[in-house]
Amino acid sequence: MTARLKSWEGFLLLSLLVIIGVNASLSPEFLTLGNQINLFQLSIEKVIVALVMTFIIINGEIDLSVGSMMGLAACAFGWMVKEQGVAAPAAIAMALGIGVLGGALNGWFITRVGLPSLVVTLATLIGFRGLARVLVEDRGLTDFPEWFDALGQQGLIGPLPFALIAFAVLFGVLHIVLERSGFGRKTQVIGTNREVAEFAGIDTNRHKMILFIASGTIAAFAGLLYAARVGAVRGDVANGFELDIITIVLLGGVSIFGGTGSLTGTLLAILIVLNIRNGMALLNITGHIQTGVIGLLLIASVIVPRLRLGFAGKKAA
Amino acid sequence: MTGLFNRLGPQGLRLLALLAVILLLLAFFASQIDGYLNARLFSRISGSVAIMALIATAQTLVILTRNIDLSIGSVVGFTAFAAGSLVSANPEMSALLLVLFCCCFGACFGAVNGLIVAYGRVPSIIVTLATMAIFRSLLVEYSDGKSITTNTLPAWLTEFPNMPVFTIFGLEFRAAFVTALIVVFAVHLALTRLRPMRQFFAVGSNPEAAEMAGIDARRVVFSAFVLSGALAGLAGLMFLARFGNITVVAGLGFELKSVAAAVVGGVNIFGGSGSVIGALLGAVLVDVIDTSLVRWAIVSEFWREAVLGALILLSVTTDTLFTRRLFAWRAARAHARRDAALAREARS
Repeated sequence: MTARLKSWEGFLLLSLLVIIGVNASLSPEFLTLGNQINLFQLSIEKVIVALVMTFIIINGEIDLSVGSMMGLAACAFGWMVKEQGVAAPAAIAMALGIGVLGGALNGWFITRVGLPSLVVTLATLIGFRGLARVLVEDRGLTDFPEWFDALGQQGLIGPLPFALIAFAVLFGVLHIVLERSGFGRKTQVIGTNREVAEFAGIDTNRHKMILFIASGTIAAFAGLLYAARVGAVRGDVANGFELDIITIVLLGGVSIFGGTGSLTGTLLAILIVLNIRNGMALLNITGHIQTGVIGLLLIASVIVPRLRLGFAGKKAA
Repeated sequence: MTGLFNRLGPQGLRLLALLAVILLLLAFFASQIDGYLNARLFSRISGSVAIMALIATAQTLVILTRNIDLSIGSVVGFTAFAAGSLVSANPEMSALLLVLFCCCFGACFGAVNGLIVAYGRVPSIIVTLATMAIFRSLLVEYSDGKSITTNTLPAWLTEFPNMPVFTIFGLEFRAAFVTALIVVFAVHLALTRLRPMRQFFAVGSNPEAAEMAGIDARRVVFSAFVLSGALAGLAGLMFLARFGNITVVAGLGFELKSVAAAVVGGVNIFGGSGSVIGALLGAVLVDVIDTSLVRWAIVSEFWREAVLGALILLSVTTDTLFTRRLFAWRAARAHARRDAALAREARS
């Protein structure tokens, strides 16, 4: 299984190099540092949430509510700052708190009531979005404090913006957690076989609870980053982002049935998706078609390794 | 009471409970909103339920076999658009032919999903997540930035949804709603009486056991997707007839709404149990809330989605807890009966 994953990562890396090669030949601007940072910057919120989603899916669960949580946190922040007169730092803390609570709500229904995460997070996908709309209705809120907008729009260290640094740190930490820590090992064991994990003395409910709280919190954080980058919030912030995020994670080789996957795979998938979109944009291909191509890639990502595996199996026999 | 309880079974009880919840909600809103219960409310709700019921039924067929169809909104949108451009180019075309075209058109999309899921053995959530985007991008390409407008459609098509068929107690049953009811009941009959459709339940509750019993599980999953696509195509035609103006975003978000209606209607998301009547009632319940909150003065209409989310959680939670209780209660009763029989045997 690990060997297969490794070969999948190799395949992703190869595809990435090809895509970068093609893009570079299309436009001399492509390989500049500015374009590459810009590329990341425009989808940084999705990319950050994809990191935690990797853990959730490896664990054998799914969280459809992340896009709505991003919207809810962004709208709650905007509502508190612009309409309730709360100081921005306090509003940030409270928006993150909403993320913790929302994640705990998902976790409670999944672990205590025993409902499938697909159903619970489908309900909160609708519910969190609903709360965001209750807060800002059909208004658009803008004019946040200057330092807040600057955090999202300007470089913090040289040309590197805060969100990109946050992503890099988060990636490093989570990679170590997944590959080197007991927590990461448990995530994989539970995803492979929950009963075995139970018998091995792992508190699977507590583990899932932690993961869903982390997912809610990071989604809220990403929502705030979005508000800072765009400098405005509306009820439909981050609408539909969950599908892009899940696509990235699955494309990265994480099994939808849980158990296998790695953050390296997710990172490669992120780079592939961003570069393909950028390349198609250079060719004047619209967003809808870009999404369609990503869809094709997603199906291929499941079928292609299986074909290779079937081939190897025949040879062995 | 116990006799009735047994005869209905968990499915029947679930439907009764849903019906009770709908009636209670109607009573509640009637006490809150002046002039709420009237013929116009019925027409409004039945008009939008006509489309949702078809989509929820299509989704139910797929969920029964332990799969999910997230591409359903794109299929509805594409079919509505294609049917619109077809009929505005040939206004003389017969209605039956148009219905056939829509069903086949939808079924083709369903067949693509079904082939990859059943024969490519790729999980349906991945396949339909991808085809949702692919079908939508095909529609964008096909539409070439144009949209369908009501004035290009023949009058018989746009008048169809509002055509009264019959009236009971002053409530007007209009053609679209009646058609949807007929289709849902036909699917219900097929699911409960026809052997090939009974196999949906077998495959959904235990695919391995179904295979061992000689059922071709792959073919069953494939046909579920094809059938669901055909129903989605029909829903697309209804969508076209009701709204007339079709853009490339038509049907966006239907995938989650249909899953919500099915789940609220007691269809088990892990397959194997549920009924399309439940999905129909689920669609009605969702729509009653949607329509009524807009008119309820105390609460702003922006609460609609938040309430809907809470409702889904609530209904699934009660359903799960209730079913668990029921099974525990039945097991306990069976135990008691066996103990009594053993005691009698020991005495004799």
